[in-house]
Amino acid sequence: MLPLAGERKDAKGIIFEKSESSEISRGTSTLKRGFAHMLKNGVVMDVTTVEQAQIAEEAGAVSVMVLDKLPSDVRKAGGVARTASIRIIQDIMDSVTIPVMAKCRIGHVYEAKVLQESDVDMIDESEVLTPADEHHHIWKWDFTTPFVNGARSLAEALRRIEEGAAMIRTKGEPGTGNVAEAVTHIKKVNDELRAIKSIYDSGDYQDLVRMAREFKVSYEVVEETARLGRLPVVNFAAGGIATPADAAYLMSLGCDGIFVGSGIFNANDAQERARAIVLATTFWEEPEKVKEAQKMIDERQSMLGLDVNTLELRMQERGGSA
Amino acid sequence: MSINIGVLAIQGDVQENIISTQKALDDLGIDGSVTNVKTADDISKLDGLIIPGGESTTIGQLSLVNSSLKVMKEKIEQGMPVFGICAGMIMLAKIADDRIMGKINQPLLNLLDIKLERNSFGRQKDSFEAEISMDSIKIPKFRGVFIRAPSISEANSDIEVLAKFNEKIVAIKKGNIIGTSFHPELTKDVSLHKYFLNLVKSFAN
Repeated sequence: MLPLAGERKDAKGIIFEKSESSEISRGTSTLKRGFAHMLKNGVVMDVTTVEQAQIAEEAGAVSVMVLDKLPSDVRKAGGVARTASIRIIQDIMDSVTIPVMAKCRIGHVYEAKVLQESDVDMIDESEVLTPADEHHHIWKWDFTTPFVNGARSLAEALRRIEEGAAMIRTKGEPGTGNVAEAVTHIKKVNDELRAIKSIYDSGDYQDLVRMAREFKVSYEVVEETARLGRLPVVNFAAGGIATPADAAYLMSLGCDGIFVGSGIFNANDAQERARAIVLATTFWEEPEKVKEAQKMIDERQSMLGLDVNTLELRMQERGGSA
Repeated sequence: MSINIGVLAIQGDVQENIISTQKALDDLGIDGSVTNVKTADDISKLDGLIIPGGESTTIGQLSLVNSSLKVMKEKIEQGMPVFGICAGMIMLAKIADDRIMGKINQPLLNLLDIKLERNSFGRQKDSFEAEISMDSIKIPKFRGVFIRAPSISEANSDIEVLAKFNEKIVAIKKGNIIGTSFHPELTKDVSLHKYFLNLVKSFAN
C-alpha cells in the first residue's frame, strides 16, 4: 500500500487509453511514486557518458542520472548550466537496462517536455542547473513522467510534493564532496516531521493550520503527512556524498537511498568507488561490511572537495524560497 | 504452528510488502510473523520468502555478494514457497533478456524454465495500471500496477499461467513458486498476499 497524500486524480499527466481490449491508465500517482519506491536502498549515480553509465550499472547502481557536466565541473565552468544533450541521453538509454534519469532547470517546462518526449524514466528538476524561473517550479502534475526535486526542509519538500513531485532528495551542497549540508537537511526534515506528528497526535488542529501557513502548502498535505509521520514519497540523500562511509552515514539517518554526483566520476578510482558506495548503502547496518567497502577506496583518490562556508555559489539556495 | 515470512531486504520496496503481508496475516487470522531478511542466516529460518520489486541487476549482484542468493536457491529447491514480484520474478527465471538490449548477464536463481523479457512494456512513461484476472486461483479481478514491468515470453508446459495481459504472460505458478509482473503491494488489495500465505501454510504442514 502506498501513501498518496496530495494526489490529484484529474492531473493532465494521467492518460486513460485503450490498449488492445483493455482500459489502462498511465502517469497516476501510484505509478510515479511506486517507481521511486523501487529505487529504495539503492544508489543513483550521476554520469556524463555511455562508458560511465555502464560502469554504474556493473557496480550495482539502481539508476543513472545524465548530466552535461558533473556538478563540481559545473562550478568550475561557470556560465549557464542546461539539460544534457538528447543524443547522449538516448545513447545511454540504449546501453543500460536500469532506469535513466536526466536533469532539467528549475521551472523550465520545455526542457522537461523534451526529456519526457525522450522517454527518460524520471526528471530531476535540479538546482545544479541554472534556474529558468526564479518564482515557480514546474507544475509536475501536467507530466506523465515522474519528477524528483531537492529540498532542505519539510516546507520545501511539501511544496514540491504539492506541485507533483513523486520523490524528494536532500539538496545538500552539490559538487563539493562535503556531506555536511546533506546531513543538515535530512536532520531538519526528520525533526520537522517529528514536530508535526506530535502536533497531530495531540489533536491541536489549529496548530497544524498554523504550520500549513508557515510552510506555504495546503492544509490537507500537512495533515496527511503529520498523520503518517513521514513524507508521503521516498526521500533520498544527495549533495556532497563522496565515500562509502558518507553513504552509510546518510542511510543511518533514515534516508531511503543515495544519489552520488561528482563523488564517483571525479575520483580517480571510479570503478572501485562506485561498487564500494553500493555495498556500503546496501549493508549500512553492518559496520564490518562498510569497513570492507571503505577499504576498496583510497582517500588520496577522493575528489578534493570544497568548504561549504566559503563558496561563491550556493546551489542549494536556488528555488528555495519558491 | 506459527509461520515465519521474510521479505528480501537487499534493495527495493520491502516495507510495502511487509505491510501487505501483515494485513493478509491479520485478515486470515494466521499465526505468523513477517520481517525483513538480508543474510543467508535469516533466510535459512524462513517458511516463506517474498522477493520484492526493485532493480533485478542490483538485487542479483548484492545477494551474490553475501551468499543469500545461494541459500535462497537451496531453500526454494527444497520446497520453501517464494513469491517473486517484478524484479523478484526476474530473479526466479532461467533467462532474462532486455526488450532493447537483448541478452544480459546478471545473477539469477535459475529456478523457472521460462524466457523472460525485461522492460517488456516500455520505459517508465509506458508504465500502467489495468484490471487483470486470475480466475484459476479465484481472484477474478485485480488492479495490476505495472512499473517498467517484465513479461514472460515462453514458459515450459509444467508452468501454470495465472494471468495474461494483452497476450503477454504476467503471472505464473509452479508448485511452491509464484511470480507476478505487477505490484500487488502497491494496492490496498491483499488477496495475492493471502493466496501466498495459504500456500506457505500448506507447505509448512
